[in-house]
Order: sequence, then structure tokens, then C-alpha cells
Amino acid sequence: MSLRIVVCVKYVPDATGDRHFAEDLTVDRDDVDGLLSELDEYAVEQALQIKDEADDAEITVLTVGPEDAKDALRKALSMGADKAVHVEDDDLHGTDALGTSLVLAKALEHVGYDLVVSGMASTDGGMGVVPAMLAERLGVPQVTLLSEVKVEDGKVTGRRDGDAASEQLEAALPAVVSVTDQSGEARYPSFKGIMAAKKKPVESLDLSDLGIEADEVGLENAWTKVDEATERPARTAGTIVKDEGEGGKQLAEFLAGQKFI
Amino acid sequence: MAEVLVYVDHVDGAVRKPTLELLTLARRIGEPVAVHLGAGADAAAATLAEYGAVKVLTADAAEFADYLVAPKVDALEAAYKAVSPAAVLVPSSAEGKEIAARLAVRIGSGIITDAVDLEAGAEGPVATQSVFAASYSTKSRVTKGTPVITVKPNSAAPEAAPAAGTVEQLAVTVADASKGTKVVARTPRESTGRPELTEAAIVVSGGRGVNGAENFPLIEGLADSLGAAVGASRAAVDAGWYPHTNQVGQTGKSVSPQLYIAAGISGAIQHRAGMQTSKTIVAINKDAEAPIFELVDYGVVGDLFEVVPQLTEEIKTRKG
Ligand SMILES: Cc1cc2nc3c(=O)[nH]c(=O)nc-3n(C[C@H](O)[C@H](O)[C@H](O)COP(=O)(O)OP(=O)(O)OC[C@H]3O[C@@H](n4cnc5c(N)ncnc54)[C@H](O)[C@@H]3O)c2cc1C
Ligand SMILES: Nc1ncnc2c1ncn2[C@@H]1O[C@H](COP(=O)(O)O)[C@@H](O)[C@H]1O
Repeated sequence: MSLRIVVCVKYVPDATGDRHFAEDLTVDRDDVDGLLSELDEYAVEQALQIKDEADDAEITVLTVGPEDAKDALRKALSMGADKAVHVEDDDLHGTDALGTSLVLAKALEHVGYDLVVSGMASTDGGMGVVPAMLAERLGVPQVTLLSEVKVEDGKVTGRRDGDAASEQLEAALPAVVSVTDQSGEARYPSFKGIMAAKKKPVESLDLSDLGIEADEVGLENAWTKVDEATERPARTAGTIVKDEGEGGKQLAEFLAGQKFI
Repeated sequence: MAEVLVYVDHVDGAVRKPTLELLTLARRIGEPVAVHLGAGADAAAATLAEYGAVKVLTADAAEFADYLVAPKVDALEAAYKAVSPAAVLVPSSAEGKEIAARLAVRIGSGIITDAVDLEAGAEGPVATQSVFAASYSTKSRVTKGTPVITVKPNSAAPEAAPAAGTVEQLAVTVADASKGTKVVARTPRESTGRPELTEAAIVVSGGRGVNGAENFPLIEGLADSLGAAVGASRAAVDAGWYPHTNQVGQTGKSVSPQLYIAAGISGAIQHRAGMQTSKTIVAINKDAEAPIFELVDYGVVGDLFEVVPQLTEEIKTRKG
């Protein structure tokens, strides 16, 4: 039977753009270009490599997000994923991690999966909690923050490089995996890939397709609330000296003045 | 007074500093009850009590080490049920965030991650977070369930406030469903003898400008003269010059020391994301246009191979 891989990808505002908040204190997605979260490219890459090693596998990319999030799906399809699922609903605006994981879990059950692959964190919210939440909600093993991953004989194995130790992990499928940016550079879409992606199927789902009520998601029903967002004052310009042979000593003088020495 | 659960990060009973910070912050909201999993509770209890834990709930089981994350969630959930706390605080490590995330789903509560400050509010604890590569600061609350909040290291200065710290056994049954991911091997990281990167008061980081693993001892020498931790940019890590565990930035560690020294680092947004909240920032870079200079309190435009050795010498001389 075919190995069903589903990659969760997020559409995020470009981190190198001037990101800010909208009036309702959600992330403003209008003024900054969006793109496939760079950290999710690693997830797509690992899925493609797992597929290459498997006898028979199919990769679905899944996103929960606004209309424009299709761009993220297209990018993943042009890298080589087979098909896409887009969960899109006006009631989703402002949904937090708990809500997003609920929608993703329902969508995963709807699509069907043997292996879920996520990025280590999204580059906007950056909580790094959704994969663990998915494992909890789906009741399947959590094999997360892997810098190396392999799927064989119905098992996923991988290496997790933690703060205190490096761990070798093993779990039976179905499972939720997340991969770090140490897992290996993501490929660039080829011209052929980009052309092929245009013909690949993208299924759209809304909340009612997933049996989710509007009052379970969205800004008003989120489990958390942002009350205030203030732009950090620009750091006041410091002293900058050019090294004319005494730069190290001048710096030491500064550090001594600040009581660091 | 309401109780606040504090998840203890420790190595065989040696409590790590971020936990003491959590106890300090917890006291603003209620009475801290520490949750200590694994060996060494008796050794830890003295420290936890000194920093305000009224109780230490403890459980030890082989499953905590044999399987990933989930058994610890079972234990924290048991503590939650035993105490009915006003909030649950967990250190913002990679594992801490995953434990907190799963607990939040289980108990149907909202979660806030990477808080840098915490205060009591009329409608529950208010968490300050630093977002968009620290260009914004937000204040947030959990509006449903019991607030589950992960707190970054260096968010508060630990303050002693002796309390009873009575050790109580916590009954934990690890569910079969929590034994899904086996840890088949574990290689502990070798200690460098330097302070932990995220906890250090001073961090000295090197980037592409260091130009080779063989030159990193220059950065280490400066760090050692200051009793600092060593960091690295992703460019230096990707080149294989320094271990990934030392990477500072979006996909590495996020640090917030009293003093951050960047040598040969340009200051890309992803690097800034991990160090911009440092109190004092210093940079050494030969390019006067490098974006890192926009952040600095003091910058030296110059060759790090000249400036760093001179600085290290001068510090040693001054320290005698
Ligand atoms: C998704 C994603 C996540 C990322 N995560 C991280 C992260 O966590 N951490 C991170 O650091 N980066 C991260 N990056 C990479 C980031 O964008 C930059 O590429 C990286 O920070 C650059 O490292 P650098 O400053 O050392 O190198 P460069 O940008 O090449 O800068 C080197 C600097 O050294 C100076 N220099 C050279 N020689 C000398 C000398 N002899 N003396 C003095 N100065 C000298 C140069 O003038 C230059 O400014 C990430 C990128 C992406 C896309
Ligand atoms: N809206 C979303 N749609 C699809 N996948 C998501 C979404 N949000 C988060 N994810 C996945 O979960 C990972 C961690 O996200 P986060 O917990 O938000 O940092 C990401 O790298 C994605 O793989």
C-alpha cells in the first residue's frame, strides 16, 4: 500500500520585510509579501527524500490559511509534492495555535495519512508547538525536531539534537515528525517542476467540510488574546569607533565603564 | 492564595537557573508548587524551597527517559489535577515548549510561549513577549482554561524567598499511548566548562568573519577572559566551524544576556531574532555598513584578528 505523506506548510509574511500588526492585533498580512515559511521547505525536502526511498508514496501538502496561502502550496508542488489541500474559511482569521492544530488535525483525518511532516517552527509566530499538538490530538507518536530522518518497514527513525544530549528516536507509523534546518538544504524548484505544479490538484476545504463549528476557531474564540503590541523603540545610536590600532583597548575601556570588567 | 505549578528543569537534581527565575515570576501570581520529574528530588528540594516553592511534587519513572516528551506530559497533567493551579509555568526550552503544548491541548487551555516577563493582571497573568525578531513587544493573556506559559531564560533575576518546599510523591501512570516514541540511544553533550549559552550573563559570538574553525579559539579566549558563553552565527555553524548547539538566532538559541559581543557577524534579521533583546550589544566588524552596527551600544570598525586579541589582553591585564 502506498505510503501517505502529508506535509504541513504555513504561508507567512516575509521575515526580511517590515512586519507589523493589523488593527485587531493579528499579524498584518497585507503590507508584506507572503511566502512558504522557509523552515517548512525543509519539511517538504525530507518528504521528497522519504518518497524517493519508498516503494510507493504520495505527498500531499496541507495548509490552513487565507486565499494567498495557495502560493505556499504551489511552491511545495513545484518542489515535487503530488497534490495539495487548502483549508480556507473567513472564520479562521485570527486563529491561534490551539485552533490551528485543531483544524490541521481534522484535515489530516479527512485526507488520511501515515506520516505527517512539519517544520520546526513557523517563521512568523515561531512557537514551535503545532507538531506536538498534532501528535497529542491525533493520538500518534511525536517524533520531533529531527536533524536526520528515515522511514523503513513501517517505522520512522531519526536523530534529535537536544540541549543536553543527542537522541536516537524510533516510532511506528502513523506518526508526526518535525524536521529542523539541520536536516539538509531544500531543493529549488526546477522549471519543469514549476510547469508541472500548475496542473497538480489543489483541493479546497472549509470548516463545514471538516465538521468544525465557527465558534471553535477565529480571533474571538482564540484561547489567547494579545492586548497590546508596541513597536520596540529603535536602539539609541551607540558609539562607533574605527580601529586605528587601539580599537581593542577602547572597547575594553567601554566595557570597564559599564562594569563588565 | 492560588497555587502556580512550576515545571523544574534540572540535571539529576541540580536545578537550572531558568527554573529559579520561574519561581520568582510565579510568586507574582501565587504560591509556587514545583514539579520535579526524575531522580534527585531531595537534592533539588532545598534549592526549590529557597526560591519560594511551598511544595515539591515529585515522580520518578524509567519512562521519563525511555520515551520522548509524552510521559512527562502525563506527569504534569497529574500534578495539574492534584493542585488545580492558577497557572502552569514551564521553561522555554525545545522540550519545555512541547510539554506545555501537549498539556494545553489536554486540559483545553490556551498557551503562551517564550514570555520574557510576567505580571499579575485583573484577568489573570499578563505575559510580555518579544516578536518579529524583537521589533515588537506584546502583552498577552490566556482567555480560556488555565494559563500555560513558557518563559525564556534570563527573564527575571532569581530572588530567594524561603518557603517550606515539602516534598510529596506524585502518583503518575504513564499511558500506553505515551510510549509511542522510544529513545533508543542517548549521547550526552560534552561539557565545555563554559556557562550555558541561554543562561549566561555575557555571550561572545563569532560569525563568518572568524574564517575557519582553527580561529574560533580567538573567540573562546575572549569569552573565557569574561567568563562568557560562546555563540556562533549560522554561517559559522553551517561551515562546520562551531557546533550547532551554539548557534544564536531564529533557528538556534535565543539569548538575552547583559552583554552580547558579536565578532565578524553581519547582523542578518534571523541572527538578530536571537540576540536583539540583549541589554548591551557590542560589535567588531570590518565593514562599517554592516547592519549589526544599527543595534550596538559600542562598535569597533576593524579587523577582528587585530581587535579581539588586543581586547582579550587588555581585559586580562585589567583583571590582573
Ligand atoms: C530560515 C532561516 C533561518 C536562519 N536562522 C539563523 C540563525 O538562527 N542564526 C543566524 O546567525 N543566522 C540564521 N540565518 C542566516 C542568516 O540569514 C545569515 O545568513 C547569517 O546570520 C550570516 O552569518 P554571518 O553574519 O556570520 O555571515 P555574513 O553575513 O557573511 O557576515 C560576516 C561578517 O563578517 C565581517 N568580517 C569578515 N571578515 C572580518 C574580519 N576579519 N574582521 C571583522 N569582521 C569581518 C564581514 O564584514 C561581514 O559583515 C537563517 C536564515 C534563514 C533563511
Ligand atoms: N496554518 C498552518 N498550516 C499548515 N501548517 C502549519 C500551520 N501553522 C503551523 N504549521 C506547521 O507547524 C509547524 C510549527 O508551527 P508553529 O507551532 O506555529 O511554530 C510549521 O513549521 C508547520 O509545519
